Amino acid sequence: MQRRYRIDKGIKYLLFFSAIVSIIIVFLIFFFIFQSSLPAFQQIGLRNILLETTWRPTNGQYGILAMIVGSVMVTFMAIVMGVPLALGAAIFLAEVAPRAVQNVFRSAIQLLAGIPSVVYGLFGMVVLVPIVRRIPVPGNSGYGLLSAAIVLAVMILPTITSVTEDALRAVPRSYKEASLALGATHWQTIIHVMIPAAKSGIIAALILGVGRAIGETMAMIMVIGNSVIMPTPLTDNPLTIFLRQARTLTGNIAVEINYATGLHESMLFATGVVLFILIMIINASAHLILRNGERS
Amino acid sequence: MNSIKIETIHYSLNYGNFRAIEDISIKIPEKQVTALIGPSGCGKSTFLRSFNRMNDLIPGVTTEGEILLDGEDIFKMDPVSLRQRVGMVFQKPNPFPKSIYDNVAYGPRVNGLKDHKKLDEIVERSLRGAALWDEVKDNLNKSGLALSGGQQQRLCIARALAVEPSVILMDEPAASLDPIATLRIEDLIRMLVENYTIVIVTHNMQQAGRVSDYTAFFFTDETRTGRLVEYDRTQVIFTNPKDKRTEDYITGRFG
Repeated sequence: MQRRYRIDKGIKYLLFFSAIVSIIIVFLIFFFIFQSSLPAFQQIGLRNILLETTWRPTNGQYGILAMIVGSVMVTFMAIVMGVPLALGAAIFLAEVAPRAVQNVFRSAIQLLAGIPSVVYGLFGMVVLVPIVRRIPVPGNSGYGLLSAAIVLAVMILPTITSVTEDALRAVPRSYKEASLALGATHWQTIIHVMIPAAKSGIIAALILGVGRAIGETMAMIMVIGNSVIMPTPLTDNPLTIFLRQARTLTGNIAVEINYATGLHESMLFATGVVLFILIMIINASAHLILRNGERS
Repeated sequence: MNSIKIETIHYSLNYGNFRAIEDISIKIPEKQVTALIGPSGCGKSTFLRSFNRMNDLIPGVTTEGEILLDGEDIFKMDPVSLRQRVGMVFQKPNPFPKSIYDNVAYGPRVNGLKDHKKLDEIVERSLRGAALWDEVKDNLNKSGLALSGGQQQRLCIARALAVEPSVILMDEPAASLDPIATLRIEDLIRMLVENYTIVIVTHNMQQAGRVSDYTAFFFTDETRTGRLVEYDRTQVIFTNPKDKRTEDYITGRFG
């Protein structure tokens, strides 16, 4: 009896220890990044960092607005392309496909999640970029927002699909039966009952997808071109903005950290801080939307 | 006997290789309450769910024989239009996580009705028909899930009425309700039978006795295949059953 009691207590401390370690690590990372970025914020100033578009470290110019816009744009484009595809796939898997087909499709989609991002980048460089390059616009190199967004859309597909599918499967069977018994078609049941009932899960899926997209680094470096330019259309046609090369916040850190020193290095940490805050804003607004949706 | 609303002819149903119910021929009269009774696993719910083809949702189900609704073979109908004629109320109240109004308006809306005035009329008429109007008329925008269990079940009945079916199937509609809510549902069933044909599955003998005009007794043996043992006016089944098994069951000797 005594021994069992001691083991019970020991396990409790062990579990507490595991939890505390992960929290400590998170705080250490925060602390380290913020501390390293402090010189940049102090010497360059928030205004010059966030509102300037010229990034020329050798010249002491450290504006990252073009990269913020690059990150946000490529993420937004990937969401616009990837989310409808992912939702369609999830509905197909949860509601339409026969079991045998489900298993094949689900394994295939989960396989996508297991591909390292450098391989996605390679695929983008070798396959996608040459195709995009064929679009006859002067100054179009194939590398740029469009190629990057397509790669990113495929990369977020498995996460959004599987989380959405789980959310749809968690909808009580009784809702579906009630709807069908009222003379609704299968499609009406999906649109009017299943998706609204799965809404919170679907929004969680979107948050995960956005988080993955905005944090993706390697594949982006390989296809987006990495020029620090404020994205503008290449010609009179506003759509050519999508063919413009850009750089993401993550890419900026990865490309330059190897040779950066002093203020430049500190500025890369500051880029990380901005990225971090951007993700927090996106998550918080998604949660806000979610909570408001549930109240009404 | 009233005219026949539903007729099954040598109807059997299999889940894959397992025969769940076998060779059931029964004539269900119009605007009467017909109760299906019998022990668990005797196939009475499966039989009930055949009338609006809810068993279609289960993979591997096959049927033999015929089911006629107003003389028409239901297996040749489109299941969506069949379910508009044959409504269903389930064992556990299952309102949608929507407002009371939207719950009742759901059926007419999926059938393409958009006119707000007409929808308002249907919602009120259906809620009155389900004896719920007076309790909810000031809170139609409240979530259906905020109602009590008994109110939720009446909301589900109202939701079924809104589609204007001629038959209402009820699968143990009071099984999860307290005795007072149960009585209200039973009163409601007697009210509804003026205009609708009702088929109800129940485990509760007293309930079958109280609400039904006709009773069908189902039974099963070690093969677990459900069969119809006896079908007659409820009065006859309860006072003068022909089959020994029926008598044993309703007097509570097993089941």
